[in-house]
Amino acid sequence: MNYLDFEKPIVELENKIAELSQLTLADDDVLSPELEHLRKRVDELRTSIFSNLTRWQRVQLARHPDRPYTLDYIYKITEDFIELHGDRYYSDDKAIVGGIGSIDGQSVMIMGHQKGRDTKARQYRRFGMPNPDGYRKALRLMKTAEKFNLPIITLLDTPGAFPGLEAEERGQAEAIARNLREMADLKVPVVTIVIGEGASGGALGIGMGNEVYMMENTWYSVISPESCSSILWKTWDYKEQAALALKLTAQDLNELGVIDGIIEEPLGGAHRDHDKAAESVKAYIQKSLKKLLKLSPAKLRTERIEKYSKMGSFIEEQEQVVSDTNKTA
Amino acid sequence: MSWFKRKGSNIRTETPKEMPEGIWVKVPKTGEAVHRRELEDNNWVDSASGYHFPIGSKEYFSILFDHNEYTEIAGNIKPSDPLEFEDRKKYSTRLEETQKKTGLDEAARVATGKVKNQDMVIACMDFRFIGGSMGSVVGEKLARAIDYAREHEYPLMIISQSGGARMMESVLSLMQMAKTSSKLALLNEAGVPYISLMTNPTTGGVTASYAMLGDFNIAEPEALIGFAGPRVIRQTIGRDLPEGFQTSEYLLEHGFLDFIVPRTRLKSKVAKLVQLVLNKNNSKNR
Repeated sequence: MNYLDFEKPIVELENKIAELSQLTLADDDVLSPELEHLRKRVDELRTSIFSNLTRWQRVQLARHPDRPYTLDYIYKITEDFIELHGDRYYSDDKAIVGGIGSIDGQSVMIMGHQKGRDTKARQYRRFGMPNPDGYRKALRLMKTAEKFNLPIITLLDTPGAFPGLEAEERGQAEAIARNLREMADLKVPVVTIVIGEGASGGALGIGMGNEVYMMENTWYSVISPESCSSILWKTWDYKEQAALALKLTAQDLNELGVIDGIIEEPLGGAHRDHDKAAESVKAYIQKSLKKLLKLSPAKLRTERIEKYSKMGSFIEEQEQVVSDTNKTA
Repeated sequence: MSWFKRKGSNIRTETPKEMPEGIWVKVPKTGEAVHRRELEDNNWVDSASGYHFPIGSKEYFSILFDHNEYTEIAGNIKPSDPLEFEDRKKYSTRLEETQKKTGLDEAARVATGKVKNQDMVIACMDFRFIGGSMGSVVGEKLARAIDYAREHEYPLMIISQSGGARMMESVLSLMQMAKTSSKLALLNEAGVPYISLMTNPTTGGVTASYAMLGDFNIAEPEALIGFAGPRVIRQTIGRDLPEGFQTSEYLLEHGFLDFIVPRTRLKSKVAKLVQLVLNKNNSKNR
């Protein structure tokens, strides 16, 4: 079990409870009340820590090594999932996975960034950082979905598109750019959920949903706090301040009107209860699809284009009106 | 040569600075001094070495529009500070200072006018304004440029020079990639030609959205064009980058550009391309 610094007090208490309960028989007059008391305290502690998380702590939770990843969600949410591979141009990128499956009888094309759980898997998945081949695979799957009139679900969890030599050579920028324009054009519902890290263009490259949701302990921004710190403060040390300034949590984006809602996680974070986290995600997908599947293909496209056309905040002189990002109802 | 007044002699291709002031200008590539007037007459290209000096929207408009006549679009869109962003400096202060220093409102300007008698919409970024970074204003101005081109059926050209999306507007900057690409989807559907010109440097979220979405992607010679910056890539792979990596020539070789055009031939080549695309290449224009 991995845990973060601020989770330590909780974990310590939990360990104590576990120890004590091993010592305790069913009705121990001395220890039972003590145990009861400890359990209550751990609940209180968890509630108090998790209701006052800083932005940087959210970033850490989003990266928690025990957090459910795309394939965890896919297998918990869908039935009869069949993974589909390859971009048909160059390779099968391991940092983006996708395929066809069924959610309560509705077939969907579901895909997302994929991280690895151990050292070997992390390298295999390139730490969830796709090459252009990943974006092209994702687009291929989306086009296939459109052809067969299936809704698309995309799950975002990446520290960014891979900044490597081959990625540049094969057109990382072109792959992402094309995805943005092609996703704008799609005539089927697209639901996007940030399940972990939403780092910049690497995330957005598969993220142009008709509706976009973020899980409670995730982040989505133009740059990671570390890189922001290194550029603006010229050192890596200001990541916490950068996280603060970037306003990158689900709560922030919801207030800015950039996302359509926040998906609540089990207390203590999604990593504490994968099943429960997946249930929440599934419920939001179902709710969103129910709404979007009623719209015509043309309307789905128009509404998506209008949604993104409204993004931004600026001053329009003459009328002196500040136009803010409008939340789509 | 000590009587030559020189400033900003440390211009490097990676970080374009303003055109240095003074009558004589040193060419970074060769170290030679050339006369300012001569440079201006040659579209700010050193005729001996072919070095392209960094220039901004004002200069590009003067190069491209007939008689330097054009109407600016969306000039009333001004930046705000939606996140009240602060690093070592407040974003609002940074904006004010940059506006004062550059005389520009933001990192892009949009105009419409005639290019060799053909109506066009040209949007041009200004690297001098916070590294040509794309925030809400750049996104909105480009969106309006694209809409204007679509509604009037005027060919569109976007000239990019940018370090990428602007950090100080965080996710709102990121969403400008989605916004401009959405608008380009509509332009694409309408069948109005779009030429994307990439100049030194074009990187990050700008490359990964509108800059790479032209019907024709073209570039000035020896421009740095890429997604990730060279420094980041060097860190990732832990070794030096190959010679000429991420230059216009490299991108052409790898299939991401239609052609490279020196600035001295930019106007004639763009005008000819547009004529051909619109099937207006009659003998009169030849």
